[in-house]
Amino acid sequence: MAHDHEHDDDHHQHGSELSEMQLRVRALETVLAEKGYIDPAALDAMIEAHETKIGPHIGAHIVAKAWTDPAFKRALIEDATKAAQSLGLINRVGDHLIAVENTPKLHNMIVCTLCSCYPWEVLGLPPVWYKSAPYRSRAVNDPRGVLADFGVTLPAETQIRVWDSTAETRFLVLPMRPAGTEGWGEEKLAALVTRDSMIGTSLPKSPGEVA
Amino acid sequence: MDGIHDMGGMHGFGKVEPEENEPVFHAAWEGRCLALNRAMGAIGAWTIDEGRAGIEALPPDVYLSSSYYGKWALRLENMVVARGLAGADELAAGHALHAAKQMKRKLTVADVPRTLTRGSFGREALAPARFKTGDRVRTKNIHPATHTRLPRYARGRIGEIEAIRGCHVFPDSTAIGGDEDPQWLYTVRFGARELFGDSADPTLTVSIEAFEPYLEPAP
Repeated sequence: MAHDHEHDDDHHQHGSELSEMQLRVRALETVLAEKGYIDPAALDAMIEAHETKIGPHIGAHIVAKAWTDPAFKRALIEDATKAAQSLGLINRVGDHLIAVENTPKLHNMIVCTLCSCYPWEVLGLPPVWYKSAPYRSRAVNDPRGVLADFGVTLPAETQIRVWDSTAETRFLVLPMRPAGTEGWGEEKLAALVTRDSMIGTSLPKSPGEVA
Repeated sequence: MDGIHDMGGMHGFGKVEPEENEPVFHAAWEGRCLALNRAMGAIGAWTIDEGRAGIEALPPDVYLSSSYYGKWALRLENMVVARGLAGADELAAGHALHAAKQMKRKLTVADVPRTLTRGSFGREALAPARFKTGDRVRTKNIHPATHTRLPRYARGRIGEIEAIRGCHVFPDSTAIGGDEDPQWLYTVRFGARELFGDSADPTLTVSIEAFEPYLEPAP
């Protein structure tokens, strides 16, 4: 199988801890497959979807649409699951997706202090930093410090709102549309929407960054 | 459980370190591990909350020193053994040695799209919501030794109901093999000073998603 070859590649590229994890995970897969619980082909399909189909480009499409279509933006704030679904995305969006809007006075940031809850149907799998102790510990009591780690400084008077994803609701930040993008179409705008801007640890790119 | 996983507000973990152009997986085994865990959930081996409790049950030093998918692999080993789905001897041998348990469902390639959408945890309400938007509530000062979704930093604190999110499966129950016991879910917003004291950022508010049993009316 293709993934066996990849396992072997890892073996050459990484240290002993990785080799141990590789062997343990391979043992798990072999045992669970031989017992008939799982089908390795289904695992292949899941991995392929995560590597090729599901990612922050989906969220960026939603944000760009909201920036250009006021009715869609209203619908998104009202019921983000339903509004996102109306765009005909590849995969169905799970229930209880909530879009939270940044304004000149308010900046939103999303965290899961208890584990790694993340709106992965629209942003893909979370980055390592999102699941790390530094982010999970500090986002709730020092979001400005976290923003500084991302090179972002907000005005001192901006209100900051941190949403801790402690249940099965999921949050997507709707960042502010950058200045200087008047007349831009959805596709061009989507290129400004970074993953981190939809988590709230960063801001969208400025037009000059994608020129 | 007052475990190491409950990290909100802790000090000393250092800076957040974003990785430029981070790959979806850093090694092939991470993808296999993610998919294995999801597949076992999809065939009904355990609920999402039992799975989370499985991660939280790792010893604190192991939790902190393992990578994210490393924790998932350890959890998977522990849970398949604890539930009699595979033996420790089989994992050590790397091959099945005993008969399998009968599972509720199969997961085939055709079922994969279903696993790419999160499960739905909304349920019919069994009773009217106890609180309404704008109500002042206090989170209970609870410390169950089992799984809960009320983080330590937000216990015994006064906040405001900002939104009612419907009635949802109650993780504190399903995590220990109990019924779904659906409960109303609220977004509860707190001022940072209520949570972290007078030195906290005055421009900061923090919300949690709180199940009704976590809340009582503010005094």
